[in-house]
Amino acid sequence: MNLLFELPPLPTLRDTMLIVPELMLTLFACAALVVDIALPRGKKSLTAWFCLVGIGFVALALVQQYTLNADKLPVDAFYQMARIDGLSLVFRGIFLLAAALSIVLSVKYLDVENEQRGEYYALILFATTGMMFMAIGSDLISIYIGLELMALTVYVLVGYLKRNERSNEAAMKYFFMGIFSSAVLLYGMSILYGVTGRTNLGQISEAIAGYTQNGQLQGEGDPRMMLILALVLIGAGLLFKIAAVPFHMWAPDAYEGAPTSVTAFMSVGPKAAAYVLLARVLLFGLGPLRDMEGLPGWSIMLGVVAALTMTVGNIGAVTQENIKRMLAYSSIAQAGYIMLGVLAGTQMGYRGVVFHLVIYTLMNTGAFTVIISLHRKGIIGEKVDDLNGLFAKAPGVAVMMLVFMLSLAGIPTTAGFIGKYFLFGSLIQSGKPWMVYLAVIAVVNTAISFYYYARFIRAMFLNPLKEEAPLTLSQPMRVTMAVSAVLVMLFGIYPQPLIKVADLAAKSISTVYAQASGIASN
Amino acid sequence: MSFGNVLLSAEPAKFFLGPIGILSIVMWLPLVGGLILAFFIDKRKTDLIRQFTTAWMGLSFLVSLPLALMWKGDVAGLQFIESYAWIPSIGAKYQVGVDGMALSLVLLTTLFGPIVALCSWSYIEKRCKEYYVLLLVMQSFMVAVFSSVDLFMFYVVFEVMLVPMYLLIGIWGGERRLYAAIKFFLFTLVGSVMMLLAMVQFYFTAPGVAVNHQKEVRQAAQVIAGNNAEMLRLIEDGLETARLAAIPRDADVIGADEAPLGTFNIFSLQAIGSARGAGNTPLIPLSLQLWLFAGFAIALAIKVPMFPFHTWLPDAHVEAPTAGSAILAGILLKIGTYGFLRFNFPMFPDAAQDPRVVKIFGTLAIIGIIYGSMVALAQKDMKKVIAYSSVAHMGTLMLSMFAFNPNGINGAVLQMLSHGVTSGALFIMIGVLYERRHTREISEYGGVVERMPAFATLFAIATMASVGLPLLNGFVGEFVGLRGVFEANIGWAFLATTGIILGAAYMLWLYQRVFLGPVTAKNAGLEDLKPREWAYLLPLVALMIILGVYPKPLVKLINGSTETIVRQMRPGYFAPAETKGEKVAETSVPAPGVKK
Repeated sequence: MNLLFELPPLPTLRDTMLIVPELMLTLFACAALVVDIALPRGKKSLTAWFCLVGIGFVALALVQQYTLNADKLPVDAFYQMARIDGLSLVFRGIFLLAAALSIVLSVKYLDVENEQRGEYYALILFATTGMMFMAIGSDLISIYIGLELMALTVYVLVGYLKRNERSNEAAMKYFFMGIFSSAVLLYGMSILYGVTGRTNLGQISEAIAGYTQNGQLQGEGDPRMMLILALVLIGAGLLFKIAAVPFHMWAPDAYEGAPTSVTAFMSVGPKAAAYVLLARVLLFGLGPLRDMEGLPGWSIMLGVVAALTMTVGNIGAVTQENIKRMLAYSSIAQAGYIMLGVLAGTQMGYRGVVFHLVIYTLMNTGAFTVIISLHRKGIIGEKVDDLNGLFAKAPGVAVMMLVFMLSLAGIPTTAGFIGKYFLFGSLIQSGKPWMVYLAVIAVVNTAISFYYYARFIRAMFLNPLKEEAPLTLSQPMRVTMAVSAVLVMLFGIYPQPLIKVADLAAKSISTVYAQASGIASN
Repeated sequence: MSFGNVLLSAEPAKFFLGPIGILSIVMWLPLVGGLILAFFIDKRKTDLIRQFTTAWMGLSFLVSLPLALMWKGDVAGLQFIESYAWIPSIGAKYQVGVDGMALSLVLLTTLFGPIVALCSWSYIEKRCKEYYVLLLVMQSFMVAVFSSVDLFMFYVVFEVMLVPMYLLIGIWGGERRLYAAIKFFLFTLVGSVMMLLAMVQFYFTAPGVAVNHQKEVRQAAQVIAGNNAEMLRLIEDGLETARLAAIPRDADVIGADEAPLGTFNIFSLQAIGSARGAGNTPLIPLSLQLWLFAGFAIALAIKVPMFPFHTWLPDAHVEAPTAGSAILAGILLKIGTYGFLRFNFPMFPDAAQDPRVVKIFGTLAIIGIIYGSMVALAQKDMKKVIAYSSVAHMGTLMLSMFAFNPNGINGAVLQMLSHGVTSGALFIMIGVLYERRHTREISEYGGVVERMPAFATLFAIATMASVGLPLLNGFVGEFVGLRGVFEANIGWAFLATTGIILGAAYMLWLYQRVFLGPVTAKNAGLEDLKPREWAYLLPLVALMIILGVYPKPLVKLINGSTETIVRQMRPGYFAPAETKGEKVAETSVPAPGVKK
């Protein structure tokens, strides 16, 4: 029988080896469901520790992958569907960190809510699997499937407290907005495919660069308008996931309504995942569209979005009374800062993106851990006033919260400052005047943001104690908090090790991008 | 040459215990004490906490004395240099060292340590332990600010210092403490982030200049380092880093992308900023210099504070606890003026001397002097009088600085020190009264001299020092500074002198209302100074007299730094005097201060 085209050979063992971390994580997630059934009622929290062990193994596999391939990165697998490079290695590490931290702090929270069931942890692992596929995907199809796997599981997690109205409402909102954005993203991808005829990001980049060689449009018609449409749609879809202005409306509601442990997870993991997609699609696939003659490229579009995101996020946070909403707005603002590194287009900027995302994961999870510790059955513990006098009650926790808040505000000796230094510095390094203005907007925002972060500090240290009831703190939560706080301080005072890690990812962007932009600039 | 009989090339003083230099010890000892206090001392043992902190601050002061004793007077520039790698990826280093100006401020800071600890003993009643921990932490950061030779490190301490100060005002302050604390923080933060941008911009601009104008930059480096061989090596090292950064990155060269993007060494950056090309043209275009100058100036002017940015100061001063006010007035305000002399003047000399800039700063300084004095006259709260007097004094100081001549800048540095001592002392003395009567309203007092004669005498000395009476410290700085202003601009000098007259008015009137007149019933029970109060007031008053009567060692100490600044800003300034042959005049080297 004659086939119209030859089927490609089956994936080789080598290719399969390259996605061993993802395979392991999937297996552990499935096993977690089984373990959950096997465990008797009241012992369900053991699933959490099982999942943590799983994450530990996956992390080991990841490290091994790095050590085996360190000198031959980037490595492509599955006919360039997946790409193992510095970017995907580091980001997968971030996802595992986020997943592990949120599992630790979920145990106590679910106990208090009396919703301790194993599938919660399995869902987190599935979401993490999706994120990891997003990180290694370099093809529109694999990217989209990873994204949907993550998004669907997170919808369920947001509505996890099924007897809680707020949780249901949040899940509903998040779900509708989410699928809408996925549809927009998919629409953009289909247009991109229609114009270029490719789904692989690298090939798309080459195809786009081919249209405008030597400053002349090749062939008939101007495909750039179509490409811009695709760019805007894809960008809108991704910016929605990041919760960038003007696609941020869902975030405060979803963050407030979701179980706090899920809020902690979704404010770091999926957000970082959306960032890796943004970086992949914009830098690897649509790199040639960064700046175009006569037409707005994505760098200036992203610049406008970043300025709006920072400003709206920070100003929105100032008036909030609910801690979770305030942190939702703060994370919108943080997303704006991180965007600056992507659009600046220097290695320092990429370094800043990765550095700040790692630190953001630590400090945001840390802050949410403190909030969870305020949570008790019957008392929600989500108002800023609930922090009053925390220092008198639990000095250690208050000092750690101080570290997280200072780091979010970007005050030196915390790692948040170093991250912001790279992000803002990269704008200045680029040398373009509009980027310098953007940097001014960014630093003014930093000053605004201190105003509401200081409210936490004021509540904890300056206000008198309101109630004597002890915190809901388990030993593992203390450890999470302490580890996060110590790392935030350590990388603030001695950031060199983390810079090395961030450079691993940054270099993989700048090498690929240097080639791609070389084509476009002709 | 003007170095006279000094050596052509000399090694600065240094003292190491293992890898740790004495300056690092002085810097971090208080922080270590703070950690010991935080972790090992029970918070209920308040007496122990007070004694420990005071003793530890005293120890830190004693440890800082060798800096002065081992000081080599004939070596220019930085001494006690330490340099270690910190963040190689961006070129930031742990580099510390002090020149004469910085040393005097470091010593002022360490001297204030035990005094502010001692004066808080009975003032602070709640949350004793946290308070003293914060004082100790603050002390470390203040020393670090003056000793940083790395701009990145400077910025880090400059900004992180706000946090303990915010808490000091916010927890132990007066009624409107929350407002005052956040206002203080936000004002300073807005300024300092602008400085961060300017700093980064300069950091990226400098390497290009360093690589394209190697000869000129090296000459400028020699002007800065003078005869100090180690400092020259330090600057050259920074310049080398900058040059490497400017070389286009080649992905094939191993380690090329590991190299930092520039240098943060303050003096290397000074050399780059102050280097002159052919025809005395600046290597960094004036338009860029002006922006960079503005970025630094806004942060520092807020810290000083200069006239339109001063509004945080009265609030912070009035609400802060006594020790907080003393630290603010004594040390923190000096960081602003120190920064002008360390960064703005030598790094962007053409922008600083641009007629528009000079006009703006001169006008603002004069407005500050007159406005500050007038507002001080109208105050009902004693602390507010001193707070506004600070605005006025800092105006005089800024004006002297913008005279750009040795007298003006020397006067400015002397005023920094004397204002630090005097206004710090005045705040502490008001604290003494406050502890007795729990009010600072001037109208509540009267005839205090009858009940507290010794205290009244000390307060009178401080008042006179603040007014600028000869033989007290205030006079020296103001006289020298105003002489500098007189050389530069007679109109300014006239207006500034008016300010001094007003200064005499509000200070003497304050003294009269509080101390003289009949004793009111409320003040009848006032006790005179206790031994503890003597212990912390005497050193300050003694210092006022010593610095007023015999300021020569201090002038000698700071003169080297100021001359270097003038040389950097006005390359021709010292030339005429030297050609007259007053000094040695070995050879006719074109650029003054260049050896070899």
